[in-house]
Amino acid sequence: MAETVQQPTPVTTGDTLLSLDDVTLKFGGVTALNGVSFHIDRGEILGLIGPNGAGKTTAFNVVTGIYRPTSGGVTFDGEQITGLKRYRIAKRGIARTFQNIRLFRAMTALENVMVGADARHTTGPISALLGLPRHRREEAAGRELALELLDFVGVGGRADELAGNLSYGDQRRLEIARAMATQPKLLCLDEPAAGFNPSEKQALMELIRKIRDRGLTVLLIEHDMRLVMGVVDRVVVLEFGTKIADASPTEVQNDPAVIAAYLGVAEDEVVTDE
Amino acid sequence: MSQTTSAPPRRSRRDLLGGLRRRLSGMPRWAQFLLMVAIALLCYVLPLLEPPIISTPGTDFGGVLFTVSVYVLVAVGLNIVVGYAGLLDLGYVGFYAIGAYTVGVLTAQHATWPWLLSLPVALVVTMVSGVLLGWPTLRVRGDYLAIVTLGFGEIVRLTLINSEWLGAARGIRPIPSPPSLPLFEVPHLDWSTGVPLVDFSDTTTFIEFGVTDPIPFYWLALTLIILVLLADKRIKDSRVGRAWEATREDEDAAELMGVPTFRFKLLAFAIGAFVGGIAGSLFATRQTFINPESFTLLISILFLSAVVVGGQGNRWGAVIGAVVVAYLPERFRGFEQWRVLVFGLALMLLAIYRPQGLLPPRRTVRAQRMEAETEALEVGEEPEDAVIAAGGPTPDDAAPTDEGSSRG
Ligand SMILES: Nc1ncnc2c1ncn2[C@@H]1O[C@H](COP(=O)(O)OP(=O)(O)OP(=O)(O)O)[C@@H](O)[C@H]1O
Ligand SMILES: [Mg+2]
Repeated sequence: MAETVQQPTPVTTGDTLLSLDDVTLKFGGVTALNGVSFHIDRGEILGLIGPNGAGKTTAFNVVTGIYRPTSGGVTFDGEQITGLKRYRIAKRGIARTFQNIRLFRAMTALENVMVGADARHTTGPISALLGLPRHRREEAAGRELALELLDFVGVGGRADELAGNLSYGDQRRLEIARAMATQPKLLCLDEPAAGFNPSEKQALMELIRKIRDRGLTVLLIEHDMRLVMGVVDRVVVLEFGTKIADASPTEVQNDPAVIAAYLGVAEDEVVTDE
Repeated sequence: MSQTTSAPPRRSRRDLLGGLRRRLSGMPRWAQFLLMVAIALLCYVLPLLEPPIISTPGTDFGGVLFTVSVYVLVAVGLNIVVGYAGLLDLGYVGFYAIGAYTVGVLTAQHATWPWLLSLPVALVVTMVSGVLLGWPTLRVRGDYLAIVTLGFGEIVRLTLINSEWLGAARGIRPIPSPPSLPLFEVPHLDWSTGVPLVDFSDTTTFIEFGVTDPIPFYWLALTLIILVLLADKRIKDSRVGRAWEATREDEDAAELMGVPTFRFKLLAFAIGAFVGGIAGSLFATRQTFINPESFTLLISILFLSAVVVGGQGNRWGAVIGAVVVAYLPERFRGFEQWRVLVFGLALMLLAIYRPQGLLPPRRTVRAQRMEAETEALEVGEEPEDAVIAAGGPTPDDAAPTDEGSSRG
């Protein structure tokens, strides 16, 4: 029902950090992404919204290397990353959280975040065995960064708890800390506020702003449109794997195609209502 | 050890070990260190003390302790693969066999190297075989890996049986002992009168490796266990150990956090094989002969049960599990026909009452309960009502005009 109309990409001032170029991804008969193109500028907070099954998570999965697009490509920081191994993409500077929390449950909160920090470390089993100074420096630095990030997201007092024992909200925040510990340039958050009450959501949006203030670029998937509108600089709307809008929050809120997509009615019906 | 998870308040006898551990980790570091040294010393003198009840009637106590220590080595090595990295390896006996046979080939079958020289070669060979097995198989997951490794163990055994070059079913003999350095005699204790008496007619030579007295072999094995445990601790507490555990917990999430999981799994396989190779080499030299009989699937299962019984993922659990699996059957040798039955029953009871093993790692009952709760939350999370929330446009006030739209 939603027709494929190519959006004129809004003029941007900053330089582009990530861009999807005409990405199509098919799962057998299902076209999860259909010629999707969008980009994020450095330092931007970009909202990625759309109804259930629109392809938002799939877009994340393409960006982070879980799926290789059927056609099209992903450029990050000036280089093609399509087809790179997942851990290599992570090391290039893309980190993410998961819609369904995926922590290392039997490890402590601190260890979870340290795994993230280890992405920047290089010493191996031999240096660990011999306790080489370089290894000990990395270990200390990783711990320090991890503790700082736990504080930053508000799980500071729970460092030694098992991740699986944390409350639901703390687990979501811990995922953010773990992703940030990889010291990414781009942080992708997949519905980080899912299951939160309004005040928790507000606090989370505050946190996302603080993350941007640390110099990160944020790609945010969120269902709650009002929430997104308060924090993002720009919004990309997906529906049935197709981009139907790419504009400022206010513009998108008044876009008949977006309204139609969210209400599940044909676009012309919305228009005739007027 | 940062053990801060609160345990369920119910104090049951089953939690004796857990309680002990909590008390241990509460002690200051120097006290822990002294305790460890004391335990190690006790282990060294144990075969000389021959304490009643613990000592094995009917079989040579020193020999039993040697067997137990080989199992401990194996369990600690296998724990790296199964416990830390979460790779179910049913063919670990293959590495044990490769270690033993490399020593056999180099010292007896095709050359006459001294044992000490053959040892490093054996370890390199087992490590390489670990990598060769892991390279193609570690890309498959879970159950498949178990089947492939099971096949590996059997292939190794069948190769040994069918290869004349490796002595076929006869095996290899005589495998030499490590170099001796006889310095002095140490007397044993004699408890036959009910009180411990120093028995100067029953002595062990420090340190002479011979066929008659297995105690020096036990001392050697114990020393290697201590070294392996120290190395295990260092590696486990580093980014390598974290990468293993992260891979075990969630391989995809680990990859996306920058962990090259395949490489770390391969490393776990190689290190595990290395330790299995040490155990195999020790076994070969103590035995003086080896044949394919000693490397059956049953042994692989026993190795694995040592890790599982103890609590996979915890090196001390693996040690305790190995002691249970290797020692108890020897202690109750008198009940020959009942041994396997009792062992099977014990495993079943354990599976029912303490599925995490005797001394599991920090994962607690509470963690599992939380898991269920979180899952429930996630299921109920379908945000169907979360679309265009109150502040967003409704069909009435949407008033979509062409100007307000970003669409061309
Ligand atoms: N691995 C897969 N195999 C087959 N189909 C898939 C797979 N992953 C996603 N899909 C399909 O692709 C479409 C987009 O799914 P996706 O998870 O990206 O949606 P989403 O926008 O994240 O939705 P939600 O808001 O529910 O999270 C859906 O139709 C889904 O069924
Ligand atoms: Mg999704």
